[in-house]
Amino acid sequence: MTALIEARGLTKRFGRVSALAELDLSLPSGRIVAILGPNGAGKTTFVRTVATLLRPDAGTLAVAGHDVVREPQTVRRMIGLAGQSAAVEEMMTGRENLAMVARLYGQSRRSARAASAATLDRLGLSDAGDRLVKTYSGGMRRRLDLGASLVGAPRLLLLDEPTTGLDPRSRIELWDAIRALGEDGTDVLLTTQYLDEADHLAALIAIIDGGRVVAQGSPAELKQRVGADVLDLHTREASTLARAAGVLERLDIGAPTIDTETQRCSIDAPKGTGVLALVVRALDDAGIDIEDVTVRHPTLDEVFLKLTGSSCSATSGSSDSTSISSSLSSDSDSDSDSDSDSHSDDRVA
Amino acid sequence: MTTTTIDPRGPTLSPGVSSPGASPVVSSLTVAGRTVKKFIRTPQLIVAGTAQGALFLLIFRYVMGGAIGHTGVLSYVDFLVPGFVATSVLFTGMGASAGVADDLGMGLMDRLRSLPISRFSIIDGNVWANTALTTFSLAITTGIGFAIGFRIHNGVGSALEAFGMCVLYGFAFCWLFVALGLFAGSPQAAQSLSFLVFPLTFVSSAYVPVSTMPGWMQAFANYQPITAMVDTVRILTEGHVAEATLGHPLHSYLAASLAWSAIIVAVAAPLAVMRLRR
Repeated sequence: MTALIEARGLTKRFGRVSALAELDLSLPSGRIVAILGPNGAGKTTFVRTVATLLRPDAGTLAVAGHDVVREPQTVRRMIGLAGQSAAVEEMMTGRENLAMVARLYGQSRRSARAASAATLDRLGLSDAGDRLVKTYSGGMRRRLDLGASLVGAPRLLLLDEPTTGLDPRSRIELWDAIRALGEDGTDVLLTTQYLDEADHLAALIAIIDGGRVVAQGSPAELKQRVGADVLDLHTREASTLARAAGVLERLDIGAPTIDTETQRCSIDAPKGTGVLALVVRALDDAGIDIEDVTVRHPTLDEVFLKLTGSSCSATSGSSDSTSISSSLSSDSDSDSDSDSDSHSDDRVA
Repeated sequence: MTTTTIDPRGPTLSPGVSSPGASPVVSSLTVAGRTVKKFIRTPQLIVAGTAQGALFLLIFRYVMGGAIGHTGVLSYVDFLVPGFVATSVLFTGMGASAGVADDLGMGLMDRLRSLPISRFSIIDGNVWANTALTTFSLAITTGIGFAIGFRIHNGVGSALEAFGMCVLYGFAFCWLFVALGLFAGSPQAAQSLSFLVFPLTFVSSAYVPVSTMPGWMQAFANYQPITAMVDTVRILTEGHVAEATLGHPLHSYLAASLAWSAIIVAVAAPLAVMRLRR
């Protein structure tokens, strides 16, 4: 079976910067796929190349077997693109915007009107459909923009950072819409710098950094690839935390990380090594009073950190390398404002 | 509410295999329709544009006109209005640059470029829409010209030809402005690039006779496109009197104007298309 997207040695340079550096990627059809990476990783360049907006300098890229350079028009017939900004006409109504795009996909006037109405309905914009877009909120614009990318019923939806800059509620609404599309059988390729977004939406994640794919797999597989589960222990007091860390260190099973803010100390706990029992016994022997001990799967953030050497969701905020956020969603929500300013770094004209 | 009937071509939202894409004509018209709608729904643009044109016309006619007096055998108002109307296409066409640059910046151009339509129709739809807007403002400016005392002395037929020539200039300059907008990078940059029209319009025969300028400036004024374009309109509306004042027969101005219009389109159109294909 032909892969939905097949990239081989894909390279795109802007001056001396390689936005894509011999990127190899093969993505199957039928699942929501997330391209995850920090700013400047090449996510936007990749999507723009898939959308036939950029010509690669080297390598090949095919969508459902059609080369983006040799058969761009065939590719354009299959895709719907929603870029980083809401590309809708403010002085037209939502309904008119969607009908315009449907017309350009080649639908008859009547068909375009019907597709527009159905899309508004699906995105919960029916009530606002006859209002000029300039009266829409940011979240409504992004939903309309998503609508414009799917009003032509494309086979493949390309969403470039669909939720960047949105407030948490609008984000969740957009997630629901995207998930529903995936369930209906539309292939969705989205880019994101938010781990929780990839974790929530995608069945398959490709992590890219420096213009190449550094890892690929389902969220569960990726978490497994980093291998070890993580053992967290909490103490009541900061002083005890340091002593506990000392005990863990002497166990010689890896270097513990300490997060003083949450009074937490973590250490890798590979399966079947009995680390939990070992730790509890050692702490008991040392007479250290602990609040609780848990063994959990690593978060995607930890996976990301290991693979790229930089934290993804916490680009500006908690730069302390020992602090790894356990609750990803709250973390990236608070960061969304600062990230939206910097997302343009990724977009090299 | 619209009742959704099942259309054989399918307004379904289940994922399609492939969309045919609109024909070049439909694409151009659809793209143009959006630009026109945007203009019509921004009445302040229309009012401000018209007011500005009227204001300048009044200033030339009544503030400067007294000092300029007669230009040859033509009264100043008959000399001025053809020049003013012909050059007005540059001032209204300028808006196309900022509009296109804005579309690029907000990603609308990316969306259009990702659709299964010809990229040429994205540009030419914009050009047609802006030509229509330019023609609309030409009509208003002409009306104001008549209101302040301008009269034609060469028959209605020639006057209509003159108007047609102005529409053609508008079309040619819209290509130029759309191309400029695509290269500008931002609406602000597009706006400042567009101010190149000032030397072009003022250092021409549009508002004062070229013979009153210093010699080195005359060299530029006589051979740049606007002078030929303006003088064509002047002779078409004012007839022999203007022809005698200007010194050359109509056909030489007309040929130069048509050639200049063709050259502008021939340079701007490929550049614009190239820029969008990139």
